[in-house]
Amino acid sequence: MINLKNRAFNILTLTLVSTVIFVILLILQYFKVISEYTGLLLTLAGIYVIVSLSLNLITGFTGQLSLGHAGFMCVGAYTTAIAIIKYGMPIPIALILGGIMTALFGLAIGIPTLRLRGDYLAITTLGFGEIIRVIIVNLDSLTGGAAGLKGIPTFSNTGDFIIDAIIRFSWVYIIMILVIAVIHNLINSSQGRAIISIREDDIASTSMGVNVAYYKVYAFTLSAFIAGVGGGLYAIFFGYLNPAMFGWLNSVNFVVIVVLGGMGSITGTIIAAVVFTYLQEWLRVFADFRLVIFGLALIILMIFWPKGLMGNKELSITGFIRQLRSGEFSPRQIKTKWNEFRQKKGRKKDGRAD
Amino acid sequence: MAVLEVKNISIEFGGLKAVSNFNLKLESGELVGLIGPNGAGKTTIFNMLTGVYKPTTGDIFLSNRENLTKRVNGFKPYQITQNGAARTFQNIRLFKDLSVLDNVLISLNFNVKYNSLQAILRTTAFYKEEEKLVEKAMAILKIFNIDTKANELAKNLPYGEQRKLEIARALATGPNLLLLDEPAAGMNPQETEDLMKLIRFIRDEFKLTILLIEHDMKLVMGICERIIVLDYGQMIAEGPPEEISKNPKVIKVYLGEEVEFDA
Ligand SMILES: Nc1ncnc2c1ncn2[C@@H]1O[C@H](COP(=O)(O)OP(=O)(O)O)[C@@H](O)[C@H]1O
Ligand SMILES: [Mg+2]
Repeated sequence: MINLKNRAFNILTLTLVSTVIFVILLILQYFKVISEYTGLLLTLAGIYVIVSLSLNLITGFTGQLSLGHAGFMCVGAYTTAIAIIKYGMPIPIALILGGIMTALFGLAIGIPTLRLRGDYLAITTLGFGEIIRVIIVNLDSLTGGAAGLKGIPTFSNTGDFIIDAIIRFSWVYIIMILVIAVIHNLINSSQGRAIISIREDDIASTSMGVNVAYYKVYAFTLSAFIAGVGGGLYAIFFGYLNPAMFGWLNSVNFVVIVVLGGMGSITGTIIAAVVFTYLQEWLRVFADFRLVIFGLALIILMIFWPKGLMGNKELSITGFIRQLRSGEFSPRQIKTKWNEFRQKKGRKKDGRAD
Repeated sequence: MAVLEVKNISIEFGGLKAVSNFNLKLESGELVGLIGPNGAGKTTIFNMLTGVYKPTTGDIFLSNRENLTKRVNGFKPYQITQNGAARTFQNIRLFKDLSVLDNVLISLNFNVKYNSLQAILRTTAFYKEEEKLVEKAMAILKIFNIDTKANELAKNLPYGEQRKLEIARALATGPNLLLLDEPAAGMNPQETEDLMKLIRFIRDEFKLTILLIEHDMKLVMGICERIIVLDYGQMIAEGPPEEISKNPKVIKVYLGEEVEFDA
């Protein structure tokens, strides 16, 4: 529940926490406690977090499966890259432009697919992602075709490796925090409740006066915008683009991240996206077997953890601090909690509970 | 002043006439019962009134709280709700995985006084309105005596309270006309009686017009001022309870349940 008294507390704590994490990560990178490679991975993870969160907005919160997010990323990436290379636009403008262009695509797909749900929507969005790729291959004068676009200038070029790495990381991290704030604040508002009610039961939702079509398109468009910005960052991060970077398997990966993290959990998505980025790199030695390992891991996780890492709950720092203050974590409390937990587990085992 | 006027609506499902030439006029403040055996078409009528189904023929006129009358055929359910008619569902359709409070807050969505940009920027207007919304929702929950469970998940409420939450949620949309589809289904006699008192109370308190579907004859007889009997999609009788209970056509339809009349 939201109330005025907690407002300052919440904003202060969250700003403080994200700044502290940010500064720590910067220091670690600056003094090479974490290698340049790890720094790169962290930055890439940030981009994955942004795109996964945007997907969570429609899949987790609105309850619609989209397999077109690599396509959205692709639109954003190319728009941003072209804006920078061909028109010399500054990075922030190019990123926003990428977002807007992708949002237009989102709107164009969102409206006609309104009536579709489940598998049908998934297949349509999958098709969209592939169409985007084909278009980009064939628009060679603008996009460089299958060969791709090269020479996208990076965030900074100071000549100092570490400074460049830190600036690159800062760009992604700050935008990621903004995206988290936007989605969190939207979801925890009347508009957000309307969006979630669609996932829960769309007939009940419309019967309670929620304009379901409007909110579906709204979520879709906003999601596309954010994915487009993520795509723009991706383009600048790698410095080159080609259509193969946005195959449908990437869309599937984002769905995997959202499902693993827990549909409708922001913190779950963040954790899953970071873990996923690392796994993807570590498993590179297995080459194509990587996919088999991923598939198996996914099946096993879904059997034992069907609601994903977090379900639809959130890890809450402010909530945690409040609990600390209220003595919730006194040794005695923890002991009773632990006992309750063990009892619950025990009951689950003999299959009589629930 | 008629709150609802239904003229000759019919609907077919693949050749089956589920409702034919149904007429109805509800005056402001009335509490009317719609009864009939299972499959008579009662829920289908609700679905047409609320825009879930579009009638094949006929007209529906609905007045909102400002006495503005609109022809609502072809309106989407959310438009009907925003024009003053709210409903509950026979098979409970709560937002199960959301809190009791959120279930009611969702009904306040279309009147909310901040936009999503203000929500994202967490402006003062947002916090003020949010406080008001919660206050309003809690007040409604209190009427149904479930305010103490505001933070529980809807699915964890006992059955009777889930039925109450359905009504609370509909009431929160600020309706002129309330459509209740078997609100007491599955309740025990004591719960049923309490619920009927509650329905009367909210009718008076909120100056509502109520159309209530019920399966159990005895129950409607007790609280409705007028009763409409439906059989095979057609209205077979209409009138005050005493008249209905003596109507030979109704007795025939409810054959075997006659015992319940004299209660
Ligand atoms: N969507 C639908 N498709 C086909 N038949 C339907 C549909 N909705 C209702 N019916 C049929 O219409 C008839 C009336 O159903 P209903 O209105 O639910 O009855 P009740 O009076 O018990 O509420 C039934 O024969 C039912 O099978
Ligand atoms: Mg029914």
